[in-house]
Amino acid sequence: MVVPFSVGPESDLLARISPGVLWLGALLSCLLSLDRLLALDWEDGSLDLLATAPLPLEAVVSIKALAHWITTGLPLVLAAPLLGVLLNLPPEGYIWVVISLLLGTPALSVIGTFGAALTVGLKRGGLLLSLLVMPLYVPTLIFGAEAARRGALGMGVETPLLMLAGISAAVIALMPFASAAVLRINLR
Amino acid sequence: MSIWEYANPRKFLRTSERVMPALWVSSALLMAVGLVWGFFFTPDDFRQGSTVKIIFLHVPAALMAINAWFMMLVASLIWVIRRHHVSALAARAAAPVGIVMTLIALATGAIWGQPMWGTWWAWDPRLTSFLVLFLFYLGYIALWEAIDDPDTAADLTAILCLVGTVFAVLSRYAVNFWNQGLHQGASLSLDKKENVADAFSNPLYICMIGFGLFFIAMVFYRTGTEIRARRIKALLARERQGESA
Repeated sequence: MVVPFSVGPESDLLARISPGVLWLGALLSCLLSLDRLLALDWEDGSLDLLATAPLPLEAVVSIKALAHWITTGLPLVLAAPLLGVLLNLPPEGYIWVVISLLLGTPALSVIGTFGAALTVGLKRGGLLLSLLVMPLYVPTLIFGAEAARRGALGMGVETPLLMLAGISAAVIALMPFASAAVLRINLR
Repeated sequence: MSIWEYANPRKFLRTSERVMPALWVSSALLMAVGLVWGFFFTPDDFRQGSTVKIIFLHVPAALMAINAWFMMLVASLIWVIRRHHVSALAARAAAPVGIVMTLIALATGAIWGQPMWGTWWAWDPRLTSFLVLFLFYLGYIALWEAIDDPDTAADLTAILCLVGTVFAVLSRYAVNFWNQGLHQGASLSLDKKENVADAFSNPLYICMIGFGLFFIAMVFYRTGTEIRARRIKALLARERQGESA
C-alpha cells in the first residue's frame, strides 16, 4: 500500500514490480504475527494442557498453522485483486497472483509455526524468530513471486506453480512433525 | 575399538590433544606452501592477470563453508539419535568456523568480482545460496546463544540444523531456477575433462587440504573448550549446592 509513496507513482514501474510487492507483503504480514502465534498459550499454560490432551501435538500445531493462515494468508489472498488495482497490476496477472498466493501462503504459515515453536520459550524471541524463519522462506518466496511475475507478463507459469504447490504440500505434510518435536523439547 | 569411545569426553580430550599439534603444524605448513606457491609461483592468467590468484583463498573457504555445515548435520544427527554430548558440542563449535569461512568466500568473491565482473555483488545463484547459508549459520548460532538450558539448546539447534539442511538444498535449486548465473561452473571436478590448468590446481589442492586440516584442528580445539566450560559450570553448580546444604 505504501509502496507507491516510496518508489514513485510511475505506472510502468509499478506494473513491473507489483507481483513481487504483493508477495513481499504476504511474507511480511505473516512474519509480523508469528510471535503471538504460540506465545499467549505458552504464557497462560494452555499449551501444557494442549500437549497433554488426547489430540496429538502434531494435529495441534497443524490447526494452529491453519488458524494463522485464515487470519493472515486468506485475507491477503482475497484482498490481492484490490491491492493489484492500486499497484497497477497488469490485467492478465490477477488470476495468477491470486492462485500463487493461495498455494503459497499456507506454506508460509506452516513454516512460521515451526519458527514460533522453536522460539516460544524465549523472552524476546521476535527478532530471533525473523532471523530463523527468513532463510526458510526463501524457496517459497522465489517460486511464488516467480509464478506471479510470469503470470503478469503473460508467460507460462506451470513450472514455478508446480514447484510452489509441491513445497506447500511437502511442508504441510512434514513440518508439523518438526514443529511438534521442538514444542515437546520446549515443554520438557 | 569403535568410534563411539570418543563419546566419552575424557577420551575425546586425550586423543584430540594428542593429534592436535600434528594437525596445527601440518595445516599451517600446507597452507603456507599452498598460498606461497599459489601467490608467487604460478603464472598470471592471460585474461584475468594476477587477480586469478584469489582462487587459492576463495575455493578452499567455500569448500569448507559447505563441509562445515555438513559436519554439523552429521554431529546433530548423532546427538539426536545417540545423545552423546560431545557430538552436540562439536556441532556448536563448528558453527562459528563455518560462518567465518562463508564470510571469507563471500568477501574474496566480492573483491575478485569487482574488477572481473565489474560489480561487488550480483544476484547469481551461487552467490545467493551462499548468502542464504550465511543466514542459516547466523540463525543457528543465535539460537544456541539465546537458550540457557544446554540440553534444550542442543536439541532445538539440532532440529534446526536438520530442517535447515533440507531448506538450504531446496534454496539452492530454487535460486538456480530463478536467475541465470554469472559465476563460472566448478573449476575442479573428478568427472570433467575441462579443469583448471595443472599450474593452478596443484597449489589449490594443497590449500584445500590445508584448510580442511585447519578446520578439523579448530573444531577439536573449540570442542575441548566447550567441554571444559561445561565442566566448570557443573563444578560451580556442585559447589553452590554444597554451600546451601
